[in-house]
Parts: sequence; structure tokens; C-alpha cells
Amino acid sequence: MSELRLKDLYAGFRNTDTISLLAKQITEAAEELDEDLNIMEVCGGHTHTIMKYGLLQLLPKNISFVHGPGCPVCIMPKERIDHAIALANMDDAILITLGDMIRIPGSKSSLSLQRAQGKDIRPLYTPMDAVKIAQENPKKKVIFFAIGFETTTPMTAALIKTMLEQKITNLFFHINHVLVPPAIDAIMADAKARVNAFIGPSHVSVISGTKIFEQVPVSYNTPLVVSGFEPVDVLQGILMIIKQKLQDKAEVQIQYTRSVTVEGNIKAQKMIKTYLQPREHFRWRGIGDIPLSAMQLKPEYASFDAEVVFSEVLPNEAIDDHKLCICGAILRGLSTPMDCEVFGGACTPNTPLGSCMVSSEGACNAYFRYGGIR
Amino acid sequence: MKTVQLSHGGGGEEANTLIHDLFYTHFNNDILIKAEDAAVLQVEKKIAFTTDSFTVTPLFFNGGDIGKLAVAGTVNDLAMMGARPLYLSAAFIIEEGFAFDELRCIVESMAKELKKSGAKIVCGDTKVVPRGTLDKIFINTSGIGELIRENISAHNLNEGDVIISSGDIGRHGATVLMHREGFDVSTQLKSDCETLWPAVESLIHENISISTMRDATRGGLSAVLNELAVSSGVCIEIEESALVISDEVQGVCEMFGFEAVDFANEGTFVLAVASQHASFAVEILRMFGFCKDAAVIGRVTQKYPRKVILNSSYGSSRFLDLPKGELLPRIC
Repeated sequence: MSELRLKDLYAGFRNTDTISLLAKQITEAAEELDEDLNIMEVCGGHTHTIMKYGLLQLLPKNISFVHGPGCPVCIMPKERIDHAIALANMDDAILITLGDMIRIPGSKSSLSLQRAQGKDIRPLYTPMDAVKIAQENPKKKVIFFAIGFETTTPMTAALIKTMLEQKITNLFFHINHVLVPPAIDAIMADAKARVNAFIGPSHVSVISGTKIFEQVPVSYNTPLVVSGFEPVDVLQGILMIIKQKLQDKAEVQIQYTRSVTVEGNIKAQKMIKTYLQPREHFRWRGIGDIPLSAMQLKPEYASFDAEVVFSEVLPNEAIDDHKLCICGAILRGLSTPMDCEVFGGACTPNTPLGSCMVSSEGACNAYFRYGGIR
Repeated sequence: MKTVQLSHGGGGEEANTLIHDLFYTHFNNDILIKAEDAAVLQVEKKIAFTTDSFTVTPLFFNGGDIGKLAVAGTVNDLAMMGARPLYLSAAFIIEEGFAFDELRCIVESMAKELKKSGAKIVCGDTKVVPRGTLDKIFINTSGIGELIRENISAHNLNEGDVIISSGDIGRHGATVLMHREGFDVSTQLKSDCETLWPAVESLIHENISISTMRDATRGGLSAVLNELAVSSGVCIEIEESALVISDEVQGVCEMFGFEAVDFANEGTFVLAVASQHASFAVEILRMFGFCKDAAVIGRVTQKYPRKVILNSSYGSSRFLDLPKGELLPRIC
């Protein structure tokens, strides 16, 4: 038996013939639709796939995408980034965080600019690296600026567990973990959103299970298909949505069966509940305040909650989005990045004014990078 | 452990010893050992002149080291202009306390790399700076070469030209990134760092009509193609399926959310040739081990001037943009 190679895991999901065949099946099936299909892909990973593989060009005109709020970097309000900057500016502090967070501008600066000025700010590949950094720097305050949806929350919980087991006392947490279902509700709440189907987030669902989306089809009469991130996954998910529409159904379905179940990862869910609880409200960049849409440390863990321990240095003011930015409308499917007067001019990936331009998974960023070919 | 001291850069006896025992021994040539204030050079033809500084971390990586890079990098820049690399300068800025053995390894590596093009280091400089003011060692090399083919330029792309990549893409960037971040890298993942002159010389010798050549260093293939498209005011269309990406590089990309086209190369270059010469050019390149994966990857059109388009095998296309900012891994 030959050894399993990494590419064996994905090659089939990028297969030319399969992609072409699915595109053909979608085109044929979509002819039967009696309304245009406006699919919100909630997760930025799907936005990235759609743009990177040019999937829109393979689809009929009556199918379009509304790029949802599922990019944890994009939805981070400026005041939270200002928190990160304030924490990094404390004496003897090391601020650690994930990926793109480094380059996102707050109200006046960004972590990458602060790092250039000598602040100790480090991007991590995995939150568990925080243990090593804290142990190697016993005299420093190491602050983990935790971001991400349900997907990355268990990693933070696992880090907390490890920290407590190893009795590390110089590691603190600034929790910005957000939740998908309240964001969907916020977007759909005023019934103006031009969305009549969802591609559900896949890696979120690996953790939380599809059970968290059960109310979506009921509340909004929209199919929701959780699909994987490869082009074949996304196309197959679209076909499943069309079939539901043709049968007049609205239910939660799983295309990404190789990883997702209804119940999800119970162990991870338990670990999250041990340390974290929903916070009363969280302000989303581009959407605004959403109740119970994010997590925070439970009160018994206040001793390593950076928002409590370092509350004195943290600014409290809410900072509004740029007034020319239309990210809120883009997230509701009422506008596309092309409708925005600052898109590609004043607002670019290097100088983002709004949430959708900041990370590679934001809608405007993806349009800027890959878009424009029809 | 013998280390480099501030006195080694001071111009006194220690400096003299370092220069004679290490640099003159390994870079030995008539011009250098004259030890004049400046090298006096005789060049018959038009010359190309370039400079580059090398600050790579780590200093030693699978497939190369800072010394090999410092020679190959400058030699390649000359080669890309159709110039035979002749003379290089080498300036070392070294942190006090740097291990002498490591310096020796770097110098030996440079000497070995010079042999591949026949270029000589004819002048140099050594400075030692106090500990903590520099990360181990920086090297600057400048070089001149004689143009044996004129009019190879980033501004010369013509509609109809065929774009060739001399090999697989992304290996140097992926290798250095994995080393830097402390990942256990598979021994298969190896920088492509290499002196390209022998392959370039063959192309010129066989009278291939070359519009442009450029090594796909920082910013990778996507940066180079965009530079060429902008400089010449043309559109470059690339067939995604024609790009050769090793399993190891693709694996790094899959895990961290990078794209191979954004990773630096140090031994893969892009060239545009007249379409009737394309298959012969590929044949010539493939005779060299470091170009064994040479392939036609695209063509020059006027579809979207100043843009690079990546065409998929299933009928869609997208712009291939310049990589933005530092490479950061995807979150989820």
C-alpha cells in the first residue's frame, strides 16, 4: 500500500472535471428556480475560496453571493485593537496574537506599527506557543489577545487549562472570541437583508456541530448547508441549496460530512464552558452592537483576565467605522464592494477604512485581490 | 570557541590576519591580493552593475546559507540582464562574538558558489560592530558583468511572447519560513538557491530571442510577473495548471494558508521569449539540473494591460495580485 500524501487529501476536491461537472449541474438545476438565489457564505474562508477559484464565473447569473461577517479579524472593532495596543505598551509586556491581527489598524495605530517602534508583539502559529513564551519570560506579563469564532475558542480554552495545570502566573487573556449564530440573527433581524440561503461555516461547525444553526431555517425560511472549503465542496453545497429550494425546503444540511456532525466536538464544547461564558454584548465592526455574541472569561478567572487586571490602561470609548465605509450594507447583501466609493482608492488592503478590507478573508479584500474579471 | 572580536574590524594586526587567512585564502585572485585601495578592472563591453544586501535568518538553511545567497543573488541579477558576471565586491558587517567557524563556513560557501559562474571577488570590507547592534552578520555584494546580450529588459515584453518559469516555485521562501518559525522541516524541503548563469549563458549561446528575464526572489512569482506586466504595459496570462509546485511547498501552503506564488525563490527565474523559441528554450533549460522543471507557464496578451491573470483549468480566472504586507498565517 502506498503512503498517503497530503495532496491526496485535497486533490480530488480541486479536480478540474468534477468542478466543471458540478458547475454544469448547478447551471441546469438553477434554470428551474423561480427566484434569484442570494447565498450568504457566512465564513471568510468560503469568500476566499469563491474568489480565489473564480467560482462566480462558473455560475449562472441568477446565483450571487453575499459575503458574510465570518472573518474574526474583519469584525474586530477599533476599540478592541486599541486595547491590544494599550496592553502592548505596558512596561514588561509581551503581546501575542494570531495572524492578520498584527496589521489591522485601530483608531491611531496598528500592532505592526507598534512592533516597529520596539514593542514586543508576536504573531503565533498556535496558541499553545504562549506557554513557552510565558515560561521563557518569567518576569514579563505575557498577554494573549485571543480572537476567532467557535473554531479557535477551544484552543484558547486548552491553553488556559495547560496554564493552570503548569501553574503559570504571568499569562493573561484578552478574550475576543465571537459567535456565528447571533451575527446571522443581527444581519437578518430587520428583514431587509437580501439573503435567501446560507452556506454555513465549516470549521465552526466541526467544533459546535450544526445544532447551533437549527433555528436559522426556521426563523428565516432559508436553507443552510454547511460545506467544506475546497471548490468542489462549495459547488456541491450550492447544488444542495438549489435542490432544497426546488423542493421548497428550508433545512440544515451537511455537505462537509468528512468533518462535521450535528453534535460537534463535545469535548471541546465542555472545555470552552469550563472557562468561558457569553458576554452581555460585543460591538462588531460593520454591524454594531450584538447581544450575547461573544465570549469572556468567567468571573472566577478574573486573576488572568486582561480586561480586569489591566482595566486601568484600557480605553473605553467606542469608535465608529469610517463614515464613507459601506461594510454594513455589504454584509447584508444590499451592496457589493464595487458600489463603495472608497473601494480600491482610499480603502485598500494596505490602508483599510472598513472591516471588509482588513483581512484576506474580508469581502472587499478578496474583491481587491482577485476580483474584477467577469 | 574562537569568535570575531571588535579588533578584527579595526585595521590592525587582527584585522590583517582575518583578511589574509580567511578572505584572501578563499577568494584568492590576482586583483584581490594586490590589496590596493580599489580594484582596477578592464572590461571590453558594456557593463551591468548591481548591488544587494543579505540579512537572512537563519544564516544556514537546508539548501544554502547566507554566503551562497550573497554570491548567487548578485551573480543572478547580472545574469538576468544578459551579463556575464565578472567581478564582485563583498562587504561583511559582523556582530562581535560571532563564531569564527561559522564565518569560515560562509566564506567557503561563497568561494564554492563563485566557481559556478567564474566571477571573482576583487574587493571587500569587514566591519565588526558591538554585540547587540546587529543580528550576527550582514553581507553586501555588488557586482559587474559584461553584457553579452543587449536589450534584455523588463520593459521589453511583447504581445505574443511566451512566459517560461525555469523551475518549481516557492522553495526558498517556504524553507526559510519553516526554519525561522522553528518547525521540524522535512529534509525534502530545500531552498532552490543556485547560480543561474550557466543556464542563461546557454540560452544566449543558442540565440534564444529573450525579451526579459527576472529571478523570482522576494515577493515570489506573483511580484515578478506584476513588475513585468507594469513595466511593459502588457497583460500576462498564466495557466495555473502549468505551475510546478513541489509537494513539500504545497504542504506548507495548505497548512498555513500561504500561496506558493508569493514565496521567494533563489534559483527559479522567469523569462519571456519569442513564441517560436519557447520549446527550444525549455529544452535548453531542462539540461541543467536546477532547471529540470522548466516549463511554459503563460503568455503575454493585451487582455488587461498592467495586470497578471491566473487562468484555472476549469474555465475561471482571477487577477494575481502582488503579495501584501508580511506573510502571516491564516487564523482558522
